Amino acid sequence: MPYKCGSYHIIEKTAISAGVYSYVILCPDVAEAAKPGQFVHIKVEGFTLRRPISICDIDRRNGSIRIVFEIRGHGTAKLTDANVGDSIDMIAPLGNGFTLQESIALDRRIITVGGGIGTAPLFGVAKVFRESATAILGFRSYDKIILANDFKQNDVHVITCTDDGSVGLKGTVTAPLEAELAKGDVDMVYACGPQPMLAAIVQICEKSGVPCEVSLEQRMGCGVGACAVCACELKSGMLMVCRDGPVFKGEEVVL
Amino acid sequence: MIMKKKWDLTATVAGVTFPNPVIAASGVYGFGEYYTDLYPLSLLGGISCKGLTLHKRQGNTPPRVAETPAGMLNSVGLQNPGVDTFIEKHLPRLKREGANIIIANIAGDTPEDYAEIASKLDGTDVDMLEVNISCPNVKKGGAAWGVSCEGAALVTKTVRTATKKPIMIKLTPNVTDITEIAKAVESEGADAVSLINTLLGMRIDIRTKRPILHRNVGGLSGPAVFPVAVRMVWQVVNAVKIDVVGMGGINSAEDAVEMMLAGAKAVQIGTAIISDPLAPLKIIGGLEHYMDINGIKKIDEFVGGVKPW
Repeated sequence: MPYKCGSYHIIEKTAISAGVYSYVILCPDVAEAAKPGQFVHIKVEGFTLRRPISICDIDRRNGSIRIVFEIRGHGTAKLTDANVGDSIDMIAPLGNGFTLQESIALDRRIITVGGGIGTAPLFGVAKVFRESATAILGFRSYDKIILANDFKQNDVHVITCTDDGSVGLKGTVTAPLEAELAKGDVDMVYACGPQPMLAAIVQICEKSGVPCEVSLEQRMGCGVGACAVCACELKSGMLMVCRDGPVFKGEEVVL
Repeated sequence: MIMKKKWDLTATVAGVTFPNPVIAASGVYGFGEYYTDLYPLSLLGGISCKGLTLHKRQGNTPPRVAETPAGMLNSVGLQNPGVDTFIEKHLPRLKREGANIIIANIAGDTPEDYAEIASKLDGTDVDMLEVNISCPNVKKGGAAWGVSCEGAALVTKTVRTATKKPIMIKLTPNVTDITEIAKAVESEGADAVSLINTLLGMRIDIRTKRPILHRNVGGLSGPAVFPVAVRMVWQVVNAVKIDVVGMGGINSAEDAVEMMLAGAKAVQIGTAIISDPLAPLKIIGGLEHYMDINGIKKIDEFVGGVKPW
């Protein structure tokens, strides 16, 4: 799928929790081509490397996409200076995106598992499946929760976990994932989050015999596959997160 | 009606004529396959392909990149499919897609490796070889050959006997006197030199105390190295008779003009493409503008035009 490179306007900006921002960007050509799990590569004034940010939601009718990102360093902090009406320079949509089956049987469902900011790219997936999706969302504590209401408003069944038990289940996403998979009606698991979490999810899915896809992160250069800096080691060899991923099949990854 | 261009942007390096002096640098452009969504390859003067080794290479363990003030560090470690795959698969596609001058960048562990790669490429459509004796990110070979006059001369001599194609030696800035290396490769039959490869650098995460690059150190590129590159190009131009291609942090048409005033016959664009994939086109357009407002008809009118104090 061809990607674009250009300047697009921010039409909505929201701080959704401490250090986490949501931007809606008007980009009809990008929205038309984009798939859940793909990302945009944003130029931040004063920085050599662009910042890859996953697409959280795609609105083809309005010709916009939504990105949700966390301040990680100077670059992402600088990016939050951009306000509604400002334009941002981005290359998009990039990467492969999640594999979404065309339809799902009435008695079957999919599960999305997101940890922290890793919740963002899964919203677009859950939104496609609505009531046939269960979203397991893991956060450190209640004040870190993001997007839970967005999932709920789209009829997705939401299970929230916090490390400290301040909201929802106490502990990590793994226990509820095991419990849900035990019900035997899950076609596919989609996951994004910290590496140890992904490693555990891949293992659990393998044990249950349910296919899973994980979205990986790596320090990135060009974003289109040319510069070979965002390598990740897979069972089949060294692949590029930007071009071959960021979504990989659970059985392929080495975590 | 065919509009005749007012400016002649052609550049000649080692007897090879480029339609314009802007070349995509090795390492940032793959084999030209990733940017055709944005513009045809025929707009570039040339493409220096990703460094090729005799056999496929996996490259280094990630992370391989780090942000730096006005630049970046990389430690890719010559990940590439090997010269045979390039000849079978990538080179025909580059020709088909209308790439102008195709430069094969080659790297070996030993002079014999360089020679074998060069002879494999000798009968192909490649226009020129760029001999990488300056990669800072591999244990064997690479910059190990480029940091001594003897090593640089030996590789040049070996490649020279293996191919009739023009050869351009890519030099490392991580040496005491780059002009000595340039003279050494000139005397062994190099047709041109290109410089600078990256400067060895390091960044450390103060929170984890870990270097950001898994290989601890890597090559610094981007605007931060530009003045070093201009200086070295100017020094080398004054030391050798063969053509010099300048690179290192060129980010705009003004930078390209500056590099050419220092004496570079053509320029390579690397890190700027990572920041902005359209950078080469902006630089070509900017060069035309510079020539227009200064009444320059041919780029040779300003190449080497610096007036030193």
